[in-house]
Amino acid sequence: MTNMTKTNVINLTDEEFIYPGNRACSGCGLSILYRIGLKALGRDCIFVVPPSCLTVMQGLYPIAATQMPILNGTFASTAAIATGVRAAMKRLGKKTQVVAWAGDGGTSDIGIQALSGALERNEDIIYICYDNEAYMNTGVQRSGTTPQGGLTTTTPYGKKETSKNVPDIVAAHNPAYIATCSASYPLDFHDKLIKAKEISGLKYIHIQTPCPPGWGCDERMTVKIGKMAIECGLFDLYEIEEGKKKLSEPSAKLLKKSKLRPVQDYLNMQTRFKALSKEQIAAMQERIDQKWEGYREEFAAK
Amino acid sequence: MSKKLIDSGNAAAAMAVQLAAAEVIAAYPITPQTPLTEKLSELIAAGEMDAEYVAVESEHSALAVCIGAASAGVRPFTATSSNGLLYMSEQLHWAAGGRLPMVMCVVNRGIGAPWSVWNDHQDAISQRDTGWIQIFAKDHQEIVDMTLKAFRLAELVHIPVMVNYDGYYLSHTYMPFELPEAAEVRAFLPDYDYKHTLSPEHPESLNTVTLPDARNDINGVKQGSYMDIRHNLHQEMCLAMDVWEEIDADFQQRFGRGGAPILDPYCCDDAEFVVVAMGSIANQFRDVVDRLRQDDGLKIGVLALQMYRPFPIARIAEALQSFKGVMVCEKGLSYGNQGALYADLKSALYPYPARPRLHNFITGLGGREIRTDDLYLALKTACLQDDLTTPVQNDTPQWIGLQL
Repeated sequence: MTNMTKTNVINLTDEEFIYPGNRACSGCGLSILYRIGLKALGRDCIFVVPPSCLTVMQGLYPIAATQMPILNGTFASTAAIATGVRAAMKRLGKKTQVVAWAGDGGTSDIGIQALSGALERNEDIIYICYDNEAYMNTGVQRSGTTPQGGLTTTTPYGKKETSKNVPDIVAAHNPAYIATCSASYPLDFHDKLIKAKEISGLKYIHIQTPCPPGWGCDERMTVKIGKMAIECGLFDLYEIEEGKKKLSEPSAKLLKKSKLRPVQDYLNMQTRFKALSKEQIAAMQERIDQKWEGYREEFAAK
Repeated sequence: MSKKLIDSGNAAAAMAVQLAAAEVIAAYPITPQTPLTEKLSELIAAGEMDAEYVAVESEHSALAVCIGAASAGVRPFTATSSNGLLYMSEQLHWAAGGRLPMVMCVVNRGIGAPWSVWNDHQDAISQRDTGWIQIFAKDHQEIVDMTLKAFRLAELVHIPVMVNYDGYYLSHTYMPFELPEAAEVRAFLPDYDYKHTLSPEHPESLNTVTLPDARNDINGVKQGSYMDIRHNLHQEMCLAMDVWEEIDADFQQRFGRGGAPILDPYCCDDAEFVVVAMGSIANQFRDVVDRLRQDDGLKIGVLALQMYRPFPIARIAEALQSFKGVMVCEKGLSYGNQGALYADLKSALYPYPARPRLHNFITGLGGREIRTDDLYLALKTACLQDDLTTPVQNDTPQWIGLQL
């Protein structure tokens, strides 16, 4: 797979798998991912979706914005329902890809037990978590992945606790493939899905997904904010295969820089971080610097 | 050739599921159900059953796997008990609302707290409004026959079916039963054929968000919404009683057993009194009734209720028209009210001209021993009771077997 052609706007298929017009908010990071993700996955897929923005985005009965077979299921059971669909495909002798697509709440909080079970059984599915860092579909409540200090409707003075690192939790199960992605780099997501499709076992893809109404920014800023999260070294794009972590291009190129953009630049773009104190921001910056010091040692040696 | 054997109720259920050719088995261990799914995993591992066994991490996920498999066009099976059933509760509603044909054995057990691993019916009773069909077996043969019939019912009416049998009394005791031949079962139970399967060739979005009102689809045709969809479930569940009788008649013709799929009467023809019960205790009552007839000359019978949901309102009300007194004995209740079966039965009788005197007995909770002597005394007292009791006294459940 190493000599795989990278996806670009020229070779990206013109075929669309969603209809024009859906129920996403304007500036939605998820709608970018969904459109491009389906292009990578192709027609031979079945989706399992728990309550999330995606449930609503796909249309309200009896109208659908998607052209894919979708099984909407209960909040806590995404990975388990996908397991059942996968088992059925095995019985039917079909290679159809089973794709679970859940939000951060559905993955890191209520759905983590089912996900952990599916990981341990190494089910042959792709599990995608689009992480907009709070319960956005219900109106911005804190989730396990809401960053420390982040304002939500249930953390009116900022979240006290640090966020869960879901890819690390997943990595502790040693699955076949882990990748992180960003809604601001949809073609990187496309590449990683193409790769994931060829791997058997559980493939986990975690995507940082900016959400203008939830993060407090203009709709036009979605892609810029996602890029800034990567450029300041806060959110990193990488893959883990056979236990080996490899930074993807947008993050890997930062290794050459001796100093990254300050995290303040990222925080200033959103109102959700306005309750952070100078000390909290300094501490956040220090954690990022330490992480990158580690990365430079880890990756420079190779 | 059919096979006669002596084995446990759990083994009987497992062999029925094997005969029914379920293809995806998902289960989580819980007492007293565990030996059933252990047996299935053994059969699959030994190559004697061709199915996928998914060892899930919870009951919630067990039913999730069944939901996924059934939605994708494959026949699933799971089993549970007690708190496991309650942990599935959300998924029970989902499977029924999604109109997914599937069968689950519930090996009935009391619900914590405090913990009890022993038998009563509170688990199934507490899930009576989930939209699942609920049937109750009295013995091992019925576990086998009902399980096979349940698969056919679920797949004909697109409603999931719960086959209930008593923990320990049936699950762990050994009794003789007959297993039909696989080829004959295949003829009785054709392949799973679900019309709304997940398929890339014909993509559908299943269980989509609905709005309160009916809406037009893209062709301008008005489609019912949540309330209409749920109304369909209710209507078709009520009609499932007739389908269940037809299935039983066909089963009887093929295998020679059956004939009482909803109400199973014993010594009722000349009876003035009747005891109504579900599950194995209905068989225990046959001994009690024999003794009351022999020793006390009381004309009393037993009416075993085999199907609790849909509730056979008209059938039971009509069956009870000729009795002077009806004793409803159950192993569960609606706390703060009465036995759930008693309340259902009472409401079924209301529109009918004859309303026999009713008694409600609660017994056997958390495996408390149900002594035949106690049942004998309770029924005898109820039969001989004069008419001077107040309505309140009459309508208050009596507990049999309390020790404090």
